[in-house]
Amino acid sequence: MNKLFWKGIKDGIPIALGYLSVAFGFGILAVSMGLSVLQAVGISASNLTSAGQVAGVEIIAAGGTLVEIILTQIVINIRYSLMGISLSQKLDTASFGTLQRLIVSFGITDEIFAVSYAQKGKIKPVYMYGLILIAFLGWTSGTLVGAAAGAVLPESVMSAMGLLLYAMFVAIIIPAARDSRGVVFTIAAAACLSIIFRYAVPSLSSGFAVIISAVASAALAAWLFPIKEEA
Amino acid sequence: MSVFIYIATMALVTYLVRMLPFTLFRKEIRSPFFKGLLHYIPYAVLSAMTIPAIFYSTGDMKTSIAGTAVAVVLAYLRLPLIVVALAASGSAFLLGLFI
Repeated sequence: MNKLFWKGIKDGIPIALGYLSVAFGFGILAVSMGLSVLQAVGISASNLTSAGQVAGVEIIAAGGTLVEIILTQIVINIRYSLMGISLSQKLDTASFGTLQRLIVSFGITDEIFAVSYAQKGKIKPVYMYGLILIAFLGWTSGTLVGAAAGAVLPESVMSAMGLLLYAMFVAIIIPAARDSRGVVFTIAAAACLSIIFRYAVPSLSSGFAVIISAVASAALAAWLFPIKEEA
Repeated sequence: MSVFIYIATMALVTYLVRMLPFTLFRKEIRSPFFKGLLHYIPYAVLSAMTIPAIFYSTGDMKTSIAGTAVAVVLAYLRLPLIVVALAASGSAFLLGLFI
């Protein structure tokens, strides 16, 4: 098997472990809202996104309309469009044709994007396949276990696992901040805006708050700290 | 209406949101401002998603802050992602046993 594929698998293990715990929670939530185990796993396998799935299940449980589902998914997941454009700039264009793009599109999540974007050099499809496969397995199997078995792990372990994904984000942004003042500025500005939205405008959905905070701080950073060459 | 229609709609919309820009956008961006914007966006998104949510991530602010501190120090030392993630979670768990 291709070495790059296994590198993708290896890099994806922390993502899969984090997904396992988050998806576990999603599985419990979906069943508690009246979905079957099969439906819960079906949602995870076909959507592969945390916030969007929770919003979708809430709308289904409340008997909402299809239009509501469509609008909510667009707003919550629009960040994947931005990430897709960013990632498109790092692709090895020789090996990334339309088919490869159509396949990899399915797996653009916050974590998969962050890990792949942090790679040095151009990205090849096989690397993405490994990364997406292991994350997908973690996400769907976590949902299955959560939906089928309920709380298997003690509460103390589950709550500590809530930190996994966020700690991984920290591990991605801090080393980059060591190397670039522009990144330091971006992180600080986005954190400040996010805190302001959270406490001053609690009615704003978290999806919107992230989009506004991120675009505003990245635009400001691009203006104040222009990049010299692809870092 | 059947739940299946709702699930299929969710999946389709989510896929299109991911697929359309990623597949159709082939040009290399030349504008320095947009290059900078796209370079900084990932860090901005991760930062906004992490703060302040990380402080609530374990359900207890003390263990969350302890875990965050461990993550920041180990990340600064450039340790691998999995080490940072498990050490942060592990220290939050251990502290949780004592309080």
